[in-house]
Amino acid sequence: MRRHLLSAADLTRDDALLVLDTAQEMARVADRSVKKLPTLRGRTVVNLFFEDSTRTRTSFEVAAKRLSADVINFSARGSSLSKGESLKDTALTLEAMGADAVVCRHPASGAPHRLAGWIRGSVVNAGDGTHEHPTQALLDAFTMRRRLGRLEGLAVTVVGDVLHSRVARSNVLLLATLGACVTLVAPPTLLPVGVEAWPAEVSYDLDPVLPKSDVVMVLRVQRERMHAAYFPTEREYSRRYGLDAERMAALPDWAVVMHPGPMVRGMEIASDVADSLRSTIVEQVANGVSARMAVLYLLLGGSHPPDTSSGGSSSGGFVPGGAER
Amino acid sequence: MTGGTRSREAAAGDWLVRGARVLGGEPADLLLRDGLVAQVGRGLSARGATLLAADGLLALPGLVDLHTHLREPGREDAETIESGTRAAVLGGYTAVHAMANTEPVADTAGVVEQVWRLGREAGHCDVRPVGAVTAGLAGGRLAELGAMADSAAGVRVFSDDGSCVSDAVLMRRALEYVKAFDGVVAQHAQEPRLTDGAQMNEGVVSARLGLPGWPAVAEEAVIARDVLLAGHVGSRLHVCHVSTAGSVEIVRWAKSKGWRVSAEVTPHHLSLTDDLAAGYDPVYKVNPPLRTAADVEALRAGLADGTIDCVATDHAPHAVEDKETEWAVARPGMLGLETALSVVVATMVETGRLDWVGVAERMSVAPARIGGVGDQGRSLAPGAPANLVLVDPSARWTVDAAGLASRSRNTPYVGRELPARVVATFLRGRPTVMDGKTA
Repeated sequence: MRRHLLSAADLTRDDALLVLDTAQEMARVADRSVKKLPTLRGRTVVNLFFEDSTRTRTSFEVAAKRLSADVINFSARGSSLSKGESLKDTALTLEAMGADAVVCRHPASGAPHRLAGWIRGSVVNAGDGTHEHPTQALLDAFTMRRRLGRLEGLAVTVVGDVLHSRVARSNVLLLATLGACVTLVAPPTLLPVGVEAWPAEVSYDLDPVLPKSDVVMVLRVQRERMHAAYFPTEREYSRRYGLDAERMAALPDWAVVMHPGPMVRGMEIASDVADSLRSTIVEQVANGVSARMAVLYLLLGGSHPPDTSSGGSSSGGFVPGGAER
Repeated sequence: MTGGTRSREAAAGDWLVRGARVLGGEPADLLLRDGLVAQVGRGLSARGATLLAADGLLALPGLVDLHTHLREPGREDAETIESGTRAAVLGGYTAVHAMANTEPVADTAGVVEQVWRLGREAGHCDVRPVGAVTAGLAGGRLAELGAMADSAAGVRVFSDDGSCVSDAVLMRRALEYVKAFDGVVAQHAQEPRLTDGAQMNEGVVSARLGLPGWPAVAEEAVIARDVLLAGHVGSRLHVCHVSTAGSVEIVRWAKSKGWRVSAEVTPHHLSLTDDLAAGYDPVYKVNPPLRTAADVEALRAGLADGTIDCVATDHAPHAVEDKETEWAVARPGMLGLETALSVVVATMVETGRLDWVGVAERMSVAPARIGGVGDQGRSLAPGAPANLVLVDPSARWTVDAAGLASRSRNTPYVGRELPARVVATFLRGRPTVMDGKTA
């Protein structure tokens, strides 16, 4: 892996598998009574969150602390950012504080890319605008592999507001890299012009796709989109694209239902579906910590999956980038 | 080359330009006297005239820009009339049209006269203020177009550039009203609702980058409506910064109907494409946005065949803090005055699509005609005003942002090597640039 993780496209197939294998090792740490590896002791990880997100920020915080790193939480509220300080000046401040890694969530697509040009440390994109959310895609892939035993050839259906979804973009890229087959389902208004160039099939109709899906990933759909005429009413969206119990029954027995959260019960996903055994929603959260530990470990600490049985390795150096994507 | 260290008084005297290739033709001598081209011939001599050896240089009529943002009044941190016109003459320009989206907006005789006066005081090139079409650029009611036309600034080009005159009735009235003083409305074609929150061209790249798209149809639909209106009411229409293949086709169609439509294209739309946005560097953020390779090809073909009448820079200086940010909050716009001629040479002359006569037509003659600038864009023949530029077509130079005369640094060509260099610029027989530096 290179110095930063800005896009799922930054990862080659080997990189991605290394992250997943490392995440698997990291998951074992969660089962120990002392949930710590010493690998990042003395390193500083800054959570730079310009958007409210307790879940993701906490996930990164837990991940960094389990690796013994020092964590600083820098939220847009209550800091000089709310007084209008520019992104660049914030970056230079973090640089002066010696941040080894900056985990950045920002409402503007491309903000982490700009940050990467201004600091010497590593930048992890924790969600930038409607562009990408690479660690989400990694934890999603990790979850799928854990539940279904493979990724190669897996039929993954992603349904929801693809146009505005950074989760969709990262997942499409990562799943293609890992050999899965993605189908995007949405009303035409919620698919971007240019989606034809993506490594995915596209359908406007959910029902025919369900019996062939190993995974259904349901995306959040904001009710407010109704006011910009993306769909006429919540009810119509829910009827045509919502994953209810009847649709869930049309899935193969082994298929799982995923959601990046937070969900709007009754809109894109029915309560009984969200709470069913097929749903991976809760374990995705736990897997998020493991995946993020893996990312931080590989960016800052080591180049091979840690031997967590003996307390973990702390060799430096990075895996070479592998084949150019 | 002589003349670099002369005082203003002596330099105001006669100049003998020796051996220049006028419009790329055979070498000739030009005698400049009393602000005019006095003689053109071979083996001229003139006592008391300063000699300028122009072997290997081209002589073109001084370039005329129909679309520049000088930012004064209001954003003097980004550019002033003085710094902007200094950049202009270094780029070979002898006249620029200063767009009206200043602070305050140039929607009254008072503001346009201020801009005009500051241009004269700076003394580098002629500054022709553009008047706003609507008061405050708000798109609500017409500005006092007649007052601006009658003012000392003599405004003839009216534009809300930066914003679109999107109301069809208002656009119709404006097109009709300016006929009274032979004015022309220059439209920034951008349907506002279709481009709400738009950040870059809508297409494959924007889909991947997660940036809201600015679809070509938002430009083309407005141009289609405007050419039909212009045809219906019998007015002139000028289309600013055409950026898509579809727009070129619509303009071509309108001209075929005999409607009095003119169009301009920027150097950056002739040379750059939307994939440059991939690194999210806002130096490539501009309105209208950079488009696809197919659009670039159609624009070049349109400029070559005359569907697009001229090149206009849309020189748009921005302060560092307005560009060194995340893409979404960066202001759109690129510098253009000092690189325009070189970019046109690289994209049109070196590719064989335009010869030097064509360059003069597109960058001087046509813009002067459209803007109604009577003493510019004229043939370099005896009796014509001595507004000319001497260009070294074989020179190559590397763009260094800090080395530009503009107060701002937002050029997309940083580090690129470009062909052709302006060596000297003359405004009514007085050098404003000598040896590639302001005189």
